[in-house]
Amino acid sequence: MINFLISASIFYVAVLFFVAFWAERAAAQGRGAWLRSPWVYTLSLSIYCTAWTFYGAVGYAARSGLEYLTIYLGPSLVMLGWWWILRKLVRIGRAQRVTSIADLLSSRFGKSNLLAALVTVLAVVGTTPYIALQLQSVTLSFSAFAQADDLGMMGAGNDRSALWVALGLAFFTIIFGTRNLDVNERHHGVVMAIAVEAIVKLCALVAVGIFVVWGVSGGLAPMLEAINASPHQNWHMDNARWVALTFLSAAAFLTLPRMFQVLVVENEDERHLQTASWAFPTYVLLMSLFVLPIAVVGQSILPQGSNPDLYVLTIPLALGQDTLAILSFLGGFSSATSMVVVASLALATMVSNHIVMPIWLRYWQGKFSAFGDVRRIVLLARRVSIGFVLFLGYLYYSLSGGSAALAAIGLISFTGVAQVLPAMIGGLFWRGSTRMGAICGLLVGFFVWGYSLFLPSFGADVVMSANLMQNGPWGIGALRPQALFGIDGLDPLVHTIFWSMLLNAVVFVFVSLIDFPSPLERLQGAQFVNVFDHSSATSGWTGKAGQSEDLMVMAQRIIGSVQAQKLFQSEAHKQGVSGFLPEPTPEFLERLERELAGSVGAATAHAMVGQIVGGTSVTVQDLMAVADETAQMMEYSSRLELQSEELSRTARQLRNANDKLTQISVQKDAFLSQISHELRTPMTSILAFSEIMKEAGDLDRQDLNKYATIIHAESTRLTRLLDDLLDLSVLENGQVHLNLVACSPNDLLRRAIATVQAGEAHRILRINLRLSDTVPDVITDPDRLGQVFINLITNARKYCDAAAPELTISLTHRAGRIICDFVDNGSGIPKEDQEMIFEKFARVGQTKAGGAGLGLAICREIMGRLGGDIAYLPGQGGGAFRVTFAVDAHNFSGH
Amino acid sequence: MSKTVLLIEDEPNIIEAISFILSRDGWTVATHSNGHDANDAILRRKPDLVILDVMLPGKSGFDILRDLRQDAQFQDLPVLILTARGQTKDRELAQSLGVSRFMTKPFSNADVLAAANDLVP
Repeated sequence: MINFLISASIFYVAVLFFVAFWAERAAAQGRGAWLRSPWVYTLSLSIYCTAWTFYGAVGYAARSGLEYLTIYLGPSLVMLGWWWILRKLVRIGRAQRVTSIADLLSSRFGKSNLLAALVTVLAVVGTTPYIALQLQSVTLSFSAFAQADDLGMMGAGNDRSALWVALGLAFFTIIFGTRNLDVNERHHGVVMAIAVEAIVKLCALVAVGIFVVWGVSGGLAPMLEAINASPHQNWHMDNARWVALTFLSAAAFLTLPRMFQVLVVENEDERHLQTASWAFPTYVLLMSLFVLPIAVVGQSILPQGSNPDLYVLTIPLALGQDTLAILSFLGGFSSATSMVVVASLALATMVSNHIVMPIWLRYWQGKFSAFGDVRRIVLLARRVSIGFVLFLGYLYYSLSGGSAALAAIGLISFTGVAQVLPAMIGGLFWRGSTRMGAICGLLVGFFVWGYSLFLPSFGADVVMSANLMQNGPWGIGALRPQALFGIDGLDPLVHTIFWSMLLNAVVFVFVSLIDFPSPLERLQGAQFVNVFDHSSATSGWTGKAGQSEDLMVMAQRIIGSVQAQKLFQSEAHKQGVSGFLPEPTPEFLERLERELAGSVGAATAHAMVGQIVGGTSVTVQDLMAVADETAQMMEYSSRLELQSEELSRTARQLRNANDKLTQISVQKDAFLSQISHELRTPMTSILAFSEIMKEAGDLDRQDLNKYATIIHAESTRLTRLLDDLLDLSVLENGQVHLNLVACSPNDLLRRAIATVQAGEAHRILRINLRLSDTVPDVITDPDRLGQVFINLITNARKYCDAAAPELTISLTHRAGRIICDFVDNGSGIPKEDQEMIFEKFARVGQTKAGGAGLGLAICREIMGRLGGDIAYLPGQGGGAFRVTFAVDAHNFSGH
Repeated sequence: MSKTVLLIEDEPNIIEAISFILSRDGWTVATHSNGHDANDAILRRKPDLVILDVMLPGKSGFDILRDLRQDAQFQDLPVLILTARGQTKDRELAQSLGVSRFMTKPFSNADVLAAANDLVP
């Protein structure tokens, strides 16, 4: 029968090879979308149920009753709560192209290779006993068959079978785990094979369960009776152990390298988690359903001293159910092999990416041309690593002699690997956590685990002396391995879980708080913690032109020519560059680094890109973006900024309007004040003299005449003022009616001069008139234009301060416009006053020759109406005004 | 000896009218018609009373008054401001500068005479 068993095993392995091969081909050809179904994903998660659970759970139940359930409870809780942790983990894993749990921590904490190497070592140490455990289970089950055949396999034979199994698994893993260096690090063949194995082991266990319940016990009711009658009803429920074990299995589910491999790295689609969140707990429920019945039946029908870890196998064997026994064997075999394959694959990835590659990289100093295809190096490193990991497992198995109870090794291994949890959860949810904190926490936790659980587990006087275990090092009781700090009486496992996790977490938090994260850590921290907000990455690279070719050479060597060329070409296309060499923009370098990270891990990829491009330069903006404001806050603040900008704009407008109003108000005040003054002054004279004439009867005729003349002159002045005011008001309001006719500017000037000279009383003004024959007739309002001319001539006569005042009037015609200059020989208008002379009531100098200061204001209004202009002309040696107007006022007057 | 008044005013017709009114009452009237050197004129003539216009060429009546009051000997010299700018703020400004009497144009002859005699009894 043992031969039949061997044939069946070989046949089964051949089927697995075929399935894996076929799945690989289907994936390569783009067929088999169902390979990426959530069911395959869920089944692949079942590598959590190893040979330890397949065989060991029954043994566990036989020894400790229902406590074995905690091993399933933890992972089920994690899966049910997928929304909080797993979703984030998977999202980050995809976004950052994470290849392993070590890579995750390394990437999060500033792409630190030291951290990655540390986690790798920890994982190897924690997983090796577990692999040994699988080998042991296979050999044990083999020997169970051998005993049944009375062949009496020797210990050496056990060893040999373990070696064969280890070799076979290494072969399988190397073939399907390192076929190629996939950018996504997904292994369809492996995943498919373990999915099939998941079904086989479930079927096997359920089949044995059904046989036990209905075939042996005679139905459900007698079975329940038997369970009640068994000593298990007396199991005592240790609450501390339950809580600690549930926590431990949940932590291990997240941190075990192989679980991380199937949960995160091999995940095809985030939505698969949704299905797995209930399907996986269902799977483990089915797995655990018949554990207790098998244990109870085993205890009752098998002879005393039988190994309860093998009940699943020995019950059918004892009852002559050979086919069922073989199925059961294949189930256990499946459990063991799937675990070993994935675990060695995950460990090999870590070893090659975080230990071999960095050493290789340092050795070659980035001289890629000196060494051929980097991919070959990576693959070789992985293959060797797989062999190395399995060899370690085998070594451990040989040395430990396969004596310890299966479950004990499992839990010790779990506790070691779970030390990664604080750094992992901290990295996912706490931006303040730092590389130093993670390293210190890990070291402390790992040390406590090794000291208080792992080393003592070999038994007294193997690694630790009995004296040390009894009395502590140097007789210090507080440091006794299994009673740290004097807390005695705890279950050793609970004791270690409590102290290692507590000290680990405390050190991690404390060191993180006092440590200052590097820029890259901050950047990655923000990317991890806010993975759902930041979909686009901020990049730290600043590439220089001309590096693209080197990058291309490197990328080809790591991810292969086809992949690399595809990547470069698509990027070049995106950048609008023809050919294969895109500009090394920060975005592209980031993308390239991520692609490379999928093959060799974040730290190595970072170092490789860094060797070509030069150091990273994390820009101030990058840091700003992650510093303390989240993107949301930035947006909010920019929105506020916008609002405040708008407000200040409105305020500015209001202020301007207010200024204008104030100015207008001031102008109005000044205007009224001026008018008041201009009206009161003549009125004063008129009133004073009329009073004098009325009251003083003794005035002579001459005085009376004189006073009457004054009254008359002042009244005239008042009238003129009122006329001017009205005129100005009409002009300003645009109500003026222009009487546009054709006339000669020459004639207009002559007439204006004549008018002024006719009224000449006190002063004589000499006028030089330089008319032009070429000046055409213009269409304008002759009265209004004449009024401007008269005003200017009158001003010259009044204000020209030369001893012999002279005014030169010249008329020219230029570019369709008539230009008329009035230049006198006086001292002119001071520069500072030139601006304001056209304002109302503006008067320059001391003389107060009767004008109210409205003349030039009126002139300006008139010229504006006539489509012309009046301006002061500086630099003419005296007071000078230039009047400009159009040949045809129609075009400008707006009438 | 008759009382003397210095009339600082630039409007010729008003000078004529005030001179007439005051001299007929026995005042000795001196006139000055610009702002620049008005303070010099006061210093030179040392009148019993100053009648001051505000809108003067060169220097405003308010400035003349301010400078005048800073000179110790003119602390108590009666000053009558007679202005066409009769807004409240002008009156307040004049009072803050130490004007003795503030009157607006146009005025009644009798009021000006009464004010002058009131200020210099």
